[in-house]
Amino acid sequence: MALDVFSPWDDPNAKPLIQFKNVTKRFGDFTAIDDLTVDIFEQEFFALLGPSGCGKTTMMRMLAGFETPSQGTILLSGQDIAPVPPNQRAVNMMFQSYALFPHLSVWDNIAFGLKRDRMPKDEVAARVDEMLRLTRLEKFGRRKPHQISGGQRQRVALARSLAKAPKLLLLDEPLGALDKKLRQETQFELMDIQESTGTTFVIVTHDQEEAMTVASRVAVMDEGKIVQVATPDAIYEAPNSTYVADFIGDVNLITGTVKAEGDKLHLTWAEGQSEIVGSSSKTFSKDQNVHFAIRPEKVAISAQKPEEVANAISGKVLDIAYLGNISTYHVQLAGGQIIKAQTANNRRISRRSFTWEDDVWLSWTDTAGVFLER
Amino acid sequence: MRRFSWFNATSLTLGFAFLYVPMIILIVYSFNKSKLVTVWAGFSTHWYGELLSNQSMLDAAWVTVKVAVVSSSIATILGTMAAYVIVRAGRFHGRTLFSGMIYAPLVMPEVITGLSLLLLFIGLNVDRGVMTIVLAHTTFSMCYVSVVVSSRLVSFDQSLEEAALDLGCSPFQAFRLVTLPIIAPAVISGWLLAFTLSLDDLVIASFTSGPAATTLPMKIWSSVRLGVSPEINALSTIMIALVTVGVISASLINKHQAVRKKREEQAAERQL
Repeated sequence: MALDVFSPWDDPNAKPLIQFKNVTKRFGDFTAIDDLTVDIFEQEFFALLGPSGCGKTTMMRMLAGFETPSQGTILLSGQDIAPVPPNQRAVNMMFQSYALFPHLSVWDNIAFGLKRDRMPKDEVAARVDEMLRLTRLEKFGRRKPHQISGGQRQRVALARSLAKAPKLLLLDEPLGALDKKLRQETQFELMDIQESTGTTFVIVTHDQEEAMTVASRVAVMDEGKIVQVATPDAIYEAPNSTYVADFIGDVNLITGTVKAEGDKLHLTWAEGQSEIVGSSSKTFSKDQNVHFAIRPEKVAISAQKPEEVANAISGKVLDIAYLGNISTYHVQLAGGQIIKAQTANNRRISRRSFTWEDDVWLSWTDTAGVFLER
Repeated sequence: MRRFSWFNATSLTLGFAFLYVPMIILIVYSFNKSKLVTVWAGFSTHWYGELLSNQSMLDAAWVTVKVAVVSSSIATILGTMAAYVIVRAGRFHGRTLFSGMIYAPLVMPEVITGLSLLLLFIGLNVDRGVMTIVLAHTTFSMCYVSVVVSSRLVSFDQSLEEAALDLGCSPFQAFRLVTLPIIAPAVISGWLLAFTLSLDDLVIASFTSGPAATTLPMKIWSSVRLGVSPEINALSTIMIALVTVGVISASLINKHQAVRKKREEQAAERQL
């Protein structure tokens, strides 16, 4: 059965719902958004990911209408939204603090936006009840926000922002206030709700795991620029810079000079060590300085030198981090460099194969890592 | 528990004596049978009855209440608007100057406020009476209201207003439907403060009133100049009783609400 993959960003004929065109936003001397251009498509779950202060919240607030760009235009369904005030945009936002109205009941919070549209009373009631069902809050309609738990408040905020059936829903760190377990459950709920309502979601988060879990595409931001926009697997497997590689997950970076041999690239990285063989879709000039990035889980660890593998390096176990499901080994190479290797603990800990100070071999295939410009 | 010490007991007694002995004497003598304020001649509620049949005293009380209600209501509206602008308008040119100017009347000597208002009314050729007292009281009490309201607005989560706008409110609707109900307790305490200030103001009222309008403090002051009568003691006792009941019930209601809210929050977290 062929699965119809959702990827409008690869379709040249697809019309984006939101277009940022060379948008710059300055606050005094500080440039929050720097000449940014990006397209977001209908029904996408788009994540803006970056450290605090990278401009992701400013982008969202420009979409909601609380900030206007200093330069450039933002188009929503092809129309410039700069002159449209926030109360007339078909965009709703779920706030980081939830911003529930403390003097209104859960029911009235959800009905708030509908009543502003002068919707008839019975339609309001029907819509609110539908939202309560969607977020499994039927029993709590009459409570005030301070009479429900944090997780329930989060769902009320979601229901309230979805009630008006916006074209675009903005979520500002929606799960930041929840504890880890509840956060993971809620991520899946969010995805279900996004799918069943067909609304376009833009989520702001600094939690890379959250972005990877929920998003159809992730934009990694740094200092007002988007460093890379791609699907979660592309961001993880093929980062376009050391910033992205380092920000998403854990990575080993090896620096050296590269030269092409056949369709493979060879990295000279330390004296007395054999070259690292890898492949890349990008081309590099001969002897160009590069980073070779490889994820710890792609590095295998063994007692004997493995046969017929592209890359094998010997070293000594320096540290072991036991995380329950996986263990991370810090292996020191002859030159002093430390490489992290990760293995799944599919056996009980008492039968672990390696311990501190053991001599081991690290190995990986010639497609496991990526070459990045320095 | 700290050990009982003579030093603590003495400071406590002295402190409270300093605060309350004058009032207690006043209350006790309001029940004095004798017309002489300084001679005790047995218990009586005679002066309370006398007070209720004193028409000029009742008129003055009525004027005072009218002035206080009207002036504190206008002051609350103006003071809330001023506080909202100063807190929300962000950094505009001369903001410090403006917020300073709102609070300056707090430290202005009353005599100067009264005198300048008097000169204004004479200059504008306004007949002095209840209306001018109302205007004068509004002027000085609105800055108290704006202090109370702006301290609440500073801690107000602005994303609540943004959420209201986001859900389709015009800025005025957002204020009326979201901001105002949430800051209402501060607005009400501002109103009560303005009301109390207006009730007991003597100086500014004396400057700005005309022959037709006498407030209770003015009445008390002028009759005391002719000698303290037990009737005034009775009146003062009534005022003390009203204020005490008001303050105690307000703090009880506050405390009760805080306790209930806390209990409900804990219950919400438990049942998850």
